[in-house]
Amino acid sequence: MKKELICIACPLGCRLTARWLNEETIDITGNKCPRGEEYGKEEVIDPKRVVTATVRLKSTSIKRLPVMTKGTVPKDKIAELLNRLYTIELSAPVLRGEVVMDMPDEGVQVLSSRTVRR
Amino acid sequence: MKTVSFDTLVIGGGASGMAAALAVAEEGWKVAIVEREESLGGILHQCIHNGFGLHYFKEELSGPEYAERFSEMVESSNISVYLNMTIMDIVKEGDGLTAFGLSMDPGMVRFKVRTVVFANGCRERNRGNIGIPGTRPSGVFTAGLAQRLVNLEGLVPGKECVIVGSGDIGLIMARRMSWIGAHVKAVVEIQPNPAGLTRNIVQCLNDFDIPLYLSHVVGNIKGKDRVEGVDVIPLENGIQQRDKMFSIDCDTLLLAVGLVPDNELARKIGVALNQETGGPVVDSTLMTGIEGVFACGNLLHVHDLVDFVTEESFRCGTFVSGFLKGKRPEKQYKTNPGKNVKYIVPNHYERIRENRFYMRTLIVKNNALLSVKVKGTEIYSKKLRHIQPSEMIQFSLTEEDFKLIKEEGPMEVSIE
Ligand SMILES: Cc1cc2nc3c(=O)[nH]c(=O)nc-3n(C[C@H](O)[C@H](O)[C@H](O)COP(=O)(O)OP(=O)(O)OC[C@H]3O[C@@H](n4cnc5c(N)ncnc54)[C@H](O)[C@@H]3O)c2cc1C
Ligand code: SF4
Repeated sequence: MKKELICIACPLGCRLTARWLNEETIDITGNKCPRGEEYGKEEVIDPKRVVTATVRLKSTSIKRLPVMTKGTVPKDKIAELLNRLYTIELSAPVLRGEVVMDMPDEGVQVLSSRTVRR
Repeated sequence: MKTVSFDTLVIGGGASGMAAALAVAEEGWKVAIVEREESLGGILHQCIHNGFGLHYFKEELSGPEYAERFSEMVESSNISVYLNMTIMDIVKEGDGLTAFGLSMDPGMVRFKVRTVVFANGCRERNRGNIGIPGTRPSGVFTAGLAQRLVNLEGLVPGKECVIVGSGDIGLIMARRMSWIGAHVKAVVEIQPNPAGLTRNIVQCLNDFDIPLYLSHVVGNIKGKDRVEGVDVIPLENGIQQRDKMFSIDCDTLLLAVGLVPDNELARKIGVALNQETGGPVVDSTLMTGIEGVFACGNLLHVHDLVDFVTEESFRCGTFVSGFLKGKRPEKQYKTNPGKNVKYIVPNHYERIRENRFYMRTLIVKNNALLSVKVKGTEIYSKKLRHIQPSEMIQFSLTEEDFKLIKEEGPMEVSIE
């Protein structure tokens, strides 16, 4: 099995090919430097992303509170994370950096990225 | 009409206006920021994604976080902030300038000032600017407007969407629309190369299996009341291949077809504009052709990174403060774009100190070489690993570099 990727560890954007030699061993080719190998392996074994979204907010100044995950989240957890975010409603005041949702089993925290006083 | 006096009036309270105002106020001058929205931050409020501040804060922040850090600095300074107020007009009066701000409360305010900083950002190009034919149904939005509707108003512009333009704003919106449950069916790009960052191609398109049609145009918009679909036409050597045209059904079309400095106000007082950037022509201190009137941020030229906006605007504020102290530039020479260079800002340089430049190239290339020549003598060169038109290039020249000049004159910057 193989998979084509583009390295995003630097602006050169090398085209990588990941090949499974066996269950555990993955071989990366096409990278011009070691960072590409590291990126390629993580991207096929355990891809992660930062997720940003907005949640409903009871406030007199803004309608939606922008939020961001603390660090990255496994890609296959994003759908569940978003669905849960879309069901919650918060009330002002909210501070920047405040935890607005916690998924302890997945080690995921979502933080407010804005302060809303009222 | 109420009249107020300041040393400096900053028009616009986005990233650029805040940084410029902070730098002027730090030197003890009396500064006002006038912002037409209800809070400081500008476009950053709607850019809820991460990717801001890596250079300046050495952290990856979202747009609102970046804005808030700066508005906190403004709050703890002695800058006077006028929110919900729009600057309508500026006139030159004697040694100074008079600007008119309009708001619901307190109505019209007259600002008598010694210097003005234009920091009022850019606006989006729209359908009229790129001339897409077809009907005029609802469901056609500029990408920035759609971003505002989704991120600030919590509205969903549509369910099935096609995006025109592969710049970062188009790509970011492709992911945003996908995450709110819309189906993004295609991104259509007229150029043979994607305009946005590779990182955004990977994380905003490939992650959602959104097809990117390079060298394609939207030839027609269909639908009577609401958009029902678009015709997409491939280009070969720049020529439309109508026989290969295909249709995509959609109810929404997002146009991410570029930004231009919002130069209306600057033009009104007779500031000369640069054809390539759409912003004012400025001297080596970021001063426009009118004494005491400065420009920075997206109003000067469209930036892709807010960190560069901040850096440029701090520098602008320092120049404003110098001007207020009576400092005037030494002899200045032009900076001219040479081979493969679209533009370079500022449009002049002076030899006596470090000068910083921002520029854009016309080509896509790995391992390129930037070269600066004055009257045929190379005074500086720099290797660039990867260049593309959508990524701004920056470099600085120091007094040491200028010592290499054999014969004074305009400088030419080229890329091979
Ligand atoms: C959609 C989008 C996505 C972006 N994504 C990224 C990213 O991922 N990473 C990154 O680093 N950068 C990004 N940028 C770039 C960066 O955020 C901006 O270039 C920067 O924030 C612009 O700051 P500014 O102050 O020049 O303009 P603005 O933020 O537009 O500020 C101009 C301000 O002037 C006000 N104004 C205008 N006219 C008047 C008037 N007559 N009177 C009073 N006030 C007035 C406006 O209300 C506005 O608040 C993005 C830009 C856009 C548009
Ligand atoms: S492999 Fe190395 S050189 Fe190539 S894109 Fe990745 S980080 Fe850059």
